[in-house]
Amino acid sequence: MQQRFKTLSALAAAVISSTLTVNTAQAGSNEQYFPLQSYRIGPYAAGGTGFFGGFIDYLQNVNAKGGVNGVKLTWSECETEYIVEKGVECYERLKTGLNGAPAAATNPLSVGIAYATLERSTNDKLPLITINHGRTDSTDGSVFPYVFPLQLNPYSEVSAIINYIAQQAGGLDKLKGKKIVTLYHGSPYGQETNPIIDLLAKKYGFESTTIEVPHPGNEQQSQWLNIRRIQPDWVILRGWGVMNPVALKTAQKTGFPVDHIIGNIWSNSEEDAAPAGDAAKGFISITTHPSGTAFPVLQEIKKTVVDAGTTNLSDPKRFGTVYYNLGVVNGILNVEAVRLAQEKFGKTPLTGEQVQWGFEHLNIDDARLKDLGAEGLLQKLKLSCSDHEGGGAVRFQQWDGTQWKVISDWVQADRALLRPIIEESAQKYAKEKGITPRDCSKEL
Amino acid sequence: MLFTEAGQLATSYKAEQKLFRLRQDYVAFGILLFLAFVALPYWGSDYWFNAILIPFLVLSLAGLGLNLLTGYAGQLSLGSAAFMAVGAFATYNLELRIPDLPLLFSILGGGLFAAASSVIFGLPSARIKGFYLIVSTLAAQFFIQWLFTKFSWFSNGSTSGVITAPPLVMAGYDFSTPVGRYLLTLSIVASLFLIARNLVRSELGRHWMAVRDRDTAAAVMGIPILKTKLLAFGMSGFILGIAGALWAFTYLGTVEPHGFDLTRSFQILFIIIIGGMGSLLGNFLGAAFIVLLPILLSQLIGLLPANHWVDIGQLENAQKIIFGGLIIFFLIKEPDGLARLWQRCRERARIWPLRY
Repeated sequence: MQQRFKTLSALAAAVISSTLTVNTAQAGSNEQYFPLQSYRIGPYAAGGTGFFGGFIDYLQNVNAKGGVNGVKLTWSECETEYIVEKGVECYERLKTGLNGAPAAATNPLSVGIAYATLERSTNDKLPLITINHGRTDSTDGSVFPYVFPLQLNPYSEVSAIINYIAQQAGGLDKLKGKKIVTLYHGSPYGQETNPIIDLLAKKYGFESTTIEVPHPGNEQQSQWLNIRRIQPDWVILRGWGVMNPVALKTAQKTGFPVDHIIGNIWSNSEEDAAPAGDAAKGFISITTHPSGTAFPVLQEIKKTVVDAGTTNLSDPKRFGTVYYNLGVVNGILNVEAVRLAQEKFGKTPLTGEQVQWGFEHLNIDDARLKDLGAEGLLQKLKLSCSDHEGGGAVRFQQWDGTQWKVISDWVQADRALLRPIIEESAQKYAKEKGITPRDCSKEL
Repeated sequence: MLFTEAGQLATSYKAEQKLFRLRQDYVAFGILLFLAFVALPYWGSDYWFNAILIPFLVLSLAGLGLNLLTGYAGQLSLGSAAFMAVGAFATYNLELRIPDLPLLFSILGGGLFAAASSVIFGLPSARIKGFYLIVSTLAAQFFIQWLFTKFSWFSNGSTSGVITAPPLVMAGYDFSTPVGRYLLTLSIVASLFLIARNLVRSELGRHWMAVRDRDTAAAVMGIPILKTKLLAFGMSGFILGIAGALWAFTYLGTVEPHGFDLTRSFQILFIIIIGGMGSLLGNFLGAAFIVLLPILLSQLIGLLPANHWVDIGQLENAQKIIFGGLIIFFLIKEPDGLARLWQRCRERARIWPLRY
């Protein structure tokens, strides 16, 4: 009995001490910290390991070159399994920094976790980066000062796809009378763009049908029979995980040409196309970050990290794949924000509030892209107080049976058209929450 | 001695009916309340409030909701998360659509809506029993989730179906800080537990237990079976609804229908199985086990020195194996739950240092 009490009290002591150590931070180290809410197990592990692998490898590469102006980068991970509560716990655990190194920004790569930590980030003054996903109206930085849906928000994504289809048809006026079906994942993520595609349909006069695939989407016979009946010109695949290869296989079975299916930003990885085998040959998808290892920055990572045997990937063959390159792109943007903020606030470790300034003033032009060795991997990006997205352009790629081939230049979304909708939604949010939006004309 | 309970005899009916009959219980409860309301807000950090204490309290409350239904009234249910969702969405809509309604009333209203839906899905309990009843509550789980996803009216037209919490202002005081949210949660949870403690000793509580132990015998004794069962569903739904509202508003600050899926229902079921069915303390113990232990394990693994020999993903999986192993261990050692374990400790302490 006493033995049991002893073990129990030892256990309790361990709880208290281990949780307390997290919050004690000594000042004075010359390091900038990145809290990583990663997911390496669970149903979405393929995305998590690739993205965070690329992110960490890029940070290692920066360190190998002496850090950012002498400030070394450091990071630690906390497993979220893509579960919201775990993500929140990780956020709270990591936000205070590591051994005195202050946190720069959080990158959960999960819509659910981003929603749940959105207000916390704002209160804690810690930028929340939702690259290529997240809450669309957080593009309006006057209402969401600490949230950055970098490069591409969901609305821009749809708009760019429609612009590409118009390009193929020979102009926006040629869209009239076309039939476009959106096959979407039955989740908040999947539904997010339905009103926008309907709006674009009205504007350009094409016929839009949206068809839901219930989660997880491993049976789509009836949906594709329905598509065969409609006989659309294009199918936009707004999938996630297992839904993507199943969609491609079922399309082949029902005789729909796979080269008229366009996958969205979460249907664009090797893991989405390869399992479908031959059925995926010719499948088109959008991307903001082409796969491949030819980019100078990736060659550099290969030299300093992969060849040195310190890569974070457990399978080095995934070097240069879509998720990995997204991680690298995300790393570049985070580090550039830190670098920019250092120019204003001094070459020391910075607080989240200072890094937020860096993100808000990011301006990556052609010359900078060349310096970074990321031409073609990353698009030009200019952020401001009112625009937290910046880019809004995508490239199109086609699966040739073994890998992705880029088949288009950057295609721009019609951001001017989307802006009023985003602002209206942001204003509604501000009103619900009692937020007074910043006056962006007064921000430097 | 400090824990001697002998000789504390009730001399009047009033004394017999006290909430805590023993002096030790009374004092311990007082100390606990003091710790929770005064000491913890003073000592705790953001991390403790946001990541540990608030989810622990809310899940304890959800456990209580299910425990009244399953542990006390003997009706199995797998729809707990659905009723939490009703509570969360109803509270949100009340706040949104009835301006100037005080937050506390919205939360209570959310509980009432959840109670109503729970009663509706509890109607089949008039005819079916035991495991078959799970089917009805499982239907609630899927139907309600579908309802909130399908009709965007419930989430005020948000295209992604995600709702965010309104400002937590009550009587002019802003509860949005971590301590504020913790105190708000704690006050609601503590008062509901006090109500529940009274309830299970009341006539209704005894009816529930009679129905649980053998409903035919209960009917023969003149207990109205259907009314008793439906009241159990209603009360359980009410508490679950409030737990859902707290989960959405004081813990996460946002919620999507997917956050209240079948996994959450199972989680709540495990809380009461591990904690102890038909015990109020068990809800806290079970929630502590389910919420705190994984965090503890992950913290301990985080303390291990970083190395390249063991894959991080494998360590995460090892954590799950250890957690699963612990569940099996505890259920073998004490099938009646952690609450029973605590009771046994108390019984031993009572006669210590003697063995019998």
